[in-house]
Amino acid sequence: MATAFTATNFVQTLSAVNTRSHDKPLFDPLKTTSSFLGSTRKLRLTNSAKLNQPNLHRRSAVVAVSDVVKEKKLKSTSNLLITKEEGLVIYEDMILGRAFEDMCAQMYYRGKMFGFVHLYNGQEAVSTGFIKLLKKEDCVVSTYRDHVHALSKGVPARQVMSELFGKTTGCCRGQGGSMHMFSKEHNLLGGFAFIGEGIPIATGAAFTSKYRREVLKEADCDHVTLAFFGDGTCNNGQFFECLNMAALWKLPIVFVVENNLWAIGMSHLRATSDPQIYKKGPAFGMPGIHVDGMDVLKVREVAKEAIERARRGEGPTLVECETYRFRGHSLADPDELRDPAEKARYAARDPITALKKYMIESKLASETELKAIEKKIEEVVEEAVEFGDESPVPARNQLLENVFADPKGFGIGPDGRYRCEDPKFTEGTAHV
Amino acid sequence: MLGIVRQRVSSVPTLQRMLYASKSFSSAAKEMTVRDALNSALDEEMSADPKVFLMGEEVGDYQGAYKITKGLLEKYGPQRVLDTPITEAGFAGIGVGAAYYGLRPVVEFMTFNFSMQAIDHIINSAAKSNYMSAGQISVPIVFRGPNGAAAGVGAQHSQCYAAWYGSCPGLKVLTPYSSEDARGLLKAAIRDPDPVVFLENELLYGESFPVSAEALNSDFCLPIGKAKIEREGKDLTITAYSKMVGHALKAAEVLAKEGISAEVINLLSIRPLDRAAINASVRKTNRLVTVEEAFSQNGVGAEICASVVEESFEYLDAPVERIAGADVPMPYAANLERMAVPQVDDIVRAAKRTCFRSV
Ligand SMILES: Cc1ncc(C[n+]2csc(CCOP(=O)(O)OP(=O)(O)O)c2C)c(N)n1
Ligand SMILES: [Mg+2]
Repeated sequence: MATAFTATNFVQTLSAVNTRSHDKPLFDPLKTTSSFLGSTRKLRLTNSAKLNQPNLHRRSAVVAVSDVVKEKKLKSTSNLLITKEEGLVIYEDMILGRAFEDMCAQMYYRGKMFGFVHLYNGQEAVSTGFIKLLKKEDCVVSTYRDHVHALSKGVPARQVMSELFGKTTGCCRGQGGSMHMFSKEHNLLGGFAFIGEGIPIATGAAFTSKYRREVLKEADCDHVTLAFFGDGTCNNGQFFECLNMAALWKLPIVFVVENNLWAIGMSHLRATSDPQIYKKGPAFGMPGIHVDGMDVLKVREVAKEAIERARRGEGPTLVECETYRFRGHSLADPDELRDPAEKARYAARDPITALKKYMIESKLASETELKAIEKKIEEVVEEAVEFGDESPVPARNQLLENVFADPKGFGIGPDGRYRCEDPKFTEGTAHV
Repeated sequence: MLGIVRQRVSSVPTLQRMLYASKSFSSAAKEMTVRDALNSALDEEMSADPKVFLMGEEVGDYQGAYKITKGLLEKYGPQRVLDTPITEAGFAGIGVGAAYYGLRPVVEFMTFNFSMQAIDHIINSAAKSNYMSAGQISVPIVFRGPNGAAAGVGAQHSQCYAAWYGSCPGLKVLTPYSSEDARGLLKAAIRDPDPVVFLENELLYGESFPVSAEALNSDFCLPIGKAKIEREGKDLTITAYSKMVGHALKAAEVLAKEGISAEVINLLSIRPLDRAAINASVRKTNRLVTVEEAFSQNGVGAEICASVVEESFEYLDAPVERIAGADVPMPYAANLERMAVPQVDDIVRAAKRTCFRSV
């Protein structure tokens, strides 16, 4: 099987942790450090350089996949990482993500959606690069920045838009909102608004897949879970707790860090003693990979192997995608702290423009074909808005629905029967 | 960090500056936003006591997620205004440790919803150690930040923690409403030797209130544990805290036009609860409506009812009414959200019911 990085590499590199092997590392992870300087913030080297010293022996445990991908390219005969069909699917998904979020911004400013709305612009290569490789049964757990993960996983745009409008036709009937997208049908186990919260949930989903296979003897249950979260989240305890358990129990999960260098106004380099997140994988006994998150093809290569590894039952992988958000943290963020030069540098590496260029230059698609996709998506997004607009707002009785799976949880009423058995129960009980 | 002790204590009258710089300030009556009130209280206490320091997410460079800490990094430097990583359990615990060992931390939660990741330290490490150590280890720490429902932010971000923390011995739980409350109580909380949970409200930050000359004094503190009669009345008592005080006052306005005189009590402190003030008022009016944004079960209103039933049962002329949030996680859809939080009309209706008027 042609993979970007082989399992043997992992075994080898992992054992290197234990034996402090002096073998020359296959891939020099130090090369990747330069990409962190993509941030104009200077790493505070004063004492962190010293602090990092004891970690040096671990370098060999870490595979820098960007380099691996390059090697594969040289060896491969076709010299192409994707087929035409794959390319079109990827392109369409990324365009959908971008166009959908741009529309959200417009709708937010027009007062059609409210609260905190966090857009995904700039990070599309991560969602597309990973999620488009999944089967429907595979599971995705996201954060408050979840619209595009939902779209990539196949939740129809109209359902996501309608949810954002607070309408009954939304994927959660208007009850969840921007930060809480769920779709059982698509195995999207949620957008979680609190930092780190989604990680244990995802780990629990991965635990379920393993349990179903091994305890319930469902031999074909090889489902994989992807947990998406940001750089800021990697300083939260739940991240470390779950890396440990996922590795300990060899769970079929990929931890996907979307390192966009900022957590609201907190620079990653100012928040994290050792900013190379991928190094934390080997510390827990799993591979840690750093990949250019502005390059969907590289992300895809890494994702392929990490997902397959999980599917084969070989355990978790930590993947750090270095990316960038093109907008403020949320639509309410004045975004005053990020250096315009830094923004410009990443804007020049727009993952969609890069893919388009690659597809055209390598003759995978013509300008007209890609234009047609853009046109189609424009219509999809406009249709989503119309659909949301025309959909009804929730009726009063919806307020008390879904609090429990079994509404007997509301208890027994004055007449001695369950309150929920009163047909008028949901109509007038909003307040005590 | 040892430099702290020697750091020069600034005595610039920041408040004065802020008032004159503030656009909302009219020359006739002194007005101040709740945001400026909190900011000035922090500033004055940091300037008065070098042991006071501030930590939390985005409190420094970003000037606070809701700009409550604006200017403080610049003034006190990064050793006393610490931007933390997103690790509530970690930094709340660090704050508690610093309080055990002699400092006076003010820990900001970006919102109190996130304090759930730190609740172990608030309850187990902060609230209990004075007792467990037989008074050897006191914990002078303030946990503060916006609490309760904001607008349109869904279930996980819209929750009131007054009753949660209010049920825990060893904690003091404060709920300011106006700018004067915010200033007086925050300064008291920082000077207090015990852990204080200080529940602000995002939707009030931008609101302006008149402030007295006395409240502008840097010595100004409000006593912890005392409620305030916001409006005197004789026909019924309405208790409320935080944003709901505003609703209660509006309801009282409406009721006055219809000939019902409502007394509005601003609780200010959930723990300790000013039972004496509540009972004295109910003994005068003989009727009670409690208002809270949170859930009713085991809530602040439930505690108030219990207190009144225990102490003033024979004074009650009507059943007590509790107005609380709907018994559901907060829905996102705007129309459902409105139904889920108490509105002025709900209070008016309940007040009329207790006064036996038709609604
Ligand atoms: C427990 C908790 N604390 C604080 C917050 C407030 N908050 C929301 S997003 C965010 C920054 C997260 O940054 P990162 O993990 O890098 O993700 P990004 O937003 O960059 O995608 C913070 C502090 C929260 N949601 N949950
Ligand atoms: Mg980030």
